[in-house]
Formats: sequence, structure tokens, C-alpha cells
Amino acid sequence: MSNLEMSTKHLLGIKYITQNDINLIFNTAENFKEIINRPIKKVPSLRDITIANLFFENSTRTKISFELAEKRLSADVVNFSASGSSVKKGETLLDTVNNILSMKVDMVVMRHPAPGAHFFLSNHVDVNIINAGDGTHEHPTQALLDAFSMREKIGDLKGKKIVIVGDILHSRVALSNIFCLKKLGAHVKVCGPPTLIPKHISALGVEIEYDIEKALAWCDVANVLRIQLERQNTKYIPSLREYSLHYGVKKKMLDRLDHEIVIMHPGPINRGIELDSDVADSEHSIILDQVENGVAVRMAVLYLLAGKRNLAKS
Amino acid sequence: MAAGRVILSPDRFKLTMHRLAHQLIERYEYFEDACIIGIQEKGVTLSQKLIEIIEPEIENKKVTFGKLDISFYRDDYRLREKPIKVSPTEIDFSLEGKKVILIDDVLYSGRTIQAALSALQDFGRPTWVDLLVMVDRRFNRHLPIQANFTGITVDSLDAAYVKVRWSEKENDDKVFIYSAENYNP
Repeated sequence: MSNLEMSTKHLLGIKYITQNDINLIFNTAENFKEIINRPIKKVPSLRDITIANLFFENSTRTKISFELAEKRLSADVVNFSASGSSVKKGETLLDTVNNILSMKVDMVVMRHPAPGAHFFLSNHVDVNIINAGDGTHEHPTQALLDAFSMREKIGDLKGKKIVIVGDILHSRVALSNIFCLKKLGAHVKVCGPPTLIPKHISALGVEIEYDIEKALAWCDVANVLRIQLERQNTKYIPSLREYSLHYGVKKKMLDRLDHEIVIMHPGPINRGIELDSDVADSEHSIILDQVENGVAVRMAVLYLLAGKRNLAKS
Repeated sequence: MAAGRVILSPDRFKLTMHRLAHQLIERYEYFEDACIIGIQEKGVTLSQKLIEIIEPEIENKKVTFGKLDISFYRDDYRLREKPIKVSPTEIDFSLEGKKVILIDDVLYSGRTIQAALSALQDFGRPTWVDLLVMVDRRFNRHLPIQANFTGITVDSLDAAYVKVRWSEKENDDKVFIYSAENYNP
């Protein structure tokens, strides 16, 4: 029987958890998915736990998804966002978090613009830390829900072909996806303009494809990423129109394929840029399933990590 | 398997199963407005075996049956040494106005049943809930919970383990009692 406990106390990134952890999260998430489809979508598992959602960077869906997951596990929730807080007055990250922890918080879900902020914190505070995105580094729960959604649609990912399309350079979703899919035994290609593909990415065991049509013809699943307009201080692409012409996924491309592929997107979609509306809304797309699964997967992560706070041992 | 003492042999086990099935038929006749809910995992096995006996006796009418997992409702989730294995819950009907027969293999502290009762509330308001167990360890209760139908009553030490062993073979199910030293699941 496989292990029923997570190997780590925190979820800092997919890189630091095992394949068994991932499968444990998936199996638990399946049970939570059944629960969130009941008329009463709530269980009392974490009724004695307080969770702080610390968002030092903007987020809409991840924050809502985490908050719903926490509430459906009956946890108490406090929310914090950097805008309008003392961070703007010059307080350090550690001071901010320690202040919040003094109010007896058990778990921290954090998004921070600095890659590695969660690592720093995990060395200094004694709570479970869940990474909800750290700069351009990792976004583990997104990768987990992506892989969970793929698995739901096409079965075991071992040997399956997945292409990640778009801005790989700035994307924490891409990096976490690569780690997660490789751990599950999938073949991974990245596809995008050369300026948006990081140097040495092949060291992670992925292949590079610059031609979107070839990439789509090869794959079982295409995970299309958002062009991150807010991270384009330097000009990586000549224009959005040109990006859309060369790398936007269009209906006619899918019609030309000899097999059905699954289209995914972590949202928010720039319709008409990386993904055309008729693709995003087609039967190929599982974008809304991803959102639903996001709550179930996050419930599983919170539930399993809370189990690491063993009161009998402490 | 470590040496345990058999307290219910396969022959008597079979008799007990038939008695329990008939007790249920006596109370519920054709099981209209009634349903059986088995608690994962051993309670589900017990429920299925009982339904196999019941259905031919009631003109092959179908008994409504659901599986309930109570992992997420346990009050000792973070107090346990061993993590809990989560199994699926499969109740695709409402319990609103239903007469529920809740089934588990061993009734010990009563905490599983307490968790099951709060889990059941999420599926509607049943008319009533009856509890059926194979083994009632009556002196080990932590909560005021009693079974309505009991296979065998065991007066055991707190430290002992009582196990229902379901066999792959026909008519070879047994109930064992182990002392704490030689218990090795």
C-alpha cells in the first residue's frame, strides 16, 4: 500500500515533493470533488485550524479558490493583501508574517513576487506554508490541478504527450507543470517564440518546438499559457498581434489535426491573443473543469498538510 | 497472521448473518423508504453480504444502498499516529425522509458512528437511523451510542483487538479476538 502521508510539511514547489505525494493528493482530491458536488459542500475536517491567506501580489481566482477550499474544510480564514497594508509602510516580510502568526494561525497560504520567499519563511516560522505562486518560480497547486484535470480527461499521464505553449520564460505555471508532468512520467514539450523560451530549459528533460502547428500535431494535451502583459518590461515579442498570428491557437489548426487534443489554460485568458474564443469555448477545452478541480485539489493539499500537524507528536 | 482466538466460527457467523438479515426484514419488510448505508470499508462488505441474503427473501426487490466514508468527519484526525485512508463516498440519493440502516463491522468507542451521524446530515434529514453492527464491544464505549441490531456482543479488555475477517471463500468469514501483544493486522 502506498504511503498515506505527505513527505513534506510544506508545499513550496512541485520540485520538492515526491511522485507518491502527487498521487496521494490526486486520490484525496477525487474524494473532495465528490463532496463539493453535494448539496451540502462542506466537511468539518479542519474546524480547529486557522489559515492566513497572504497575497503580496494580485490574484483573483487563486485566492477565491483557496478561500473556498479552506471554507469547505471548515477552517477559519483570514485574508491579507499587500495593497493598503503595512508592507507599503516598509515592514519586512518576516515581521509581517510573525505579526500575523502571533494571532495564532496554523497554516499560511502565500503568494509573493520574490522567487524563494516561501523558502525563506519556512526556515523562520513554524507553520505549514503553501506556495500560491512565487514570482517566476513555482505555482504548485496550479500544476497539480492541471495534471489532475488531464488525468481525469485522458487517464494515467505516463507516456502521454503534453505541450506547454506561450511565455515559458516568465511562467511559474510552466515550471511547476514541467516538474509535475515529468514526475508523473509524461513527455513534455515547450513551444513559444525563442525570446520567451529560457536558456537551458532542456536540462529539465523537456524538448523545445518553435512551430505551434507541429507541436499541436504531436501532443495529446496543449496547455496554453497567458501572455503576461505585466511582465513584459523588455520587448520580447514585436507585438501582441504578431504573437497571436504565430502562436495563437486557432480553431482551423485543431480541425487540421488527425486526432483530438485537449486544450487547457490556467486563466485569465487573453481571448484572441493566445487562444481564440471558438477554441476556448469548444468541446476540446477543459478550462472550466480546471477551475472546479482547483478547489478539490487545494482542499486535498490543505487537508493532507494539516495532517502533518500531528497533535499527538507535538 | 498472528495467533488470534476465533470467537465466531464460520458456521455460527453464517447463522448470525441470516439472523441479522431476517431482523431487518422483520422491521423493514420490503425496504420501501428505507436504505442501507455501509461505513467504509468493512461496513460496506458487511452491508453487501447482508443485501445478498435479504434481496432473494423479499421477492428480489432492490434494497437502496450507499457507501459512506467518514474520514473527513473524524474528531481525532490530527491525534492519530497513523494517517487515515480515505475511501469514496457513494450515496447518489437523498436521505430526506428515508429510514436509514447504518452498518459497521465493530462498535467500539462509538466515535466512528458519531462521525457517521454527522456525515449523514449532509445528505438530508432521515426519518430515523438504526445501527447494525457485527460486533458490539459493549464495555469500551466513550459515547452514549448503542446498536439496534447486534451480531455478537463481546466483553473485551480495552487493550484487545476484535477483528472481522472476511474470507474470499464462500462461508468462511470469522470474528477473531487478539491480545494487544500478538495483534498484527
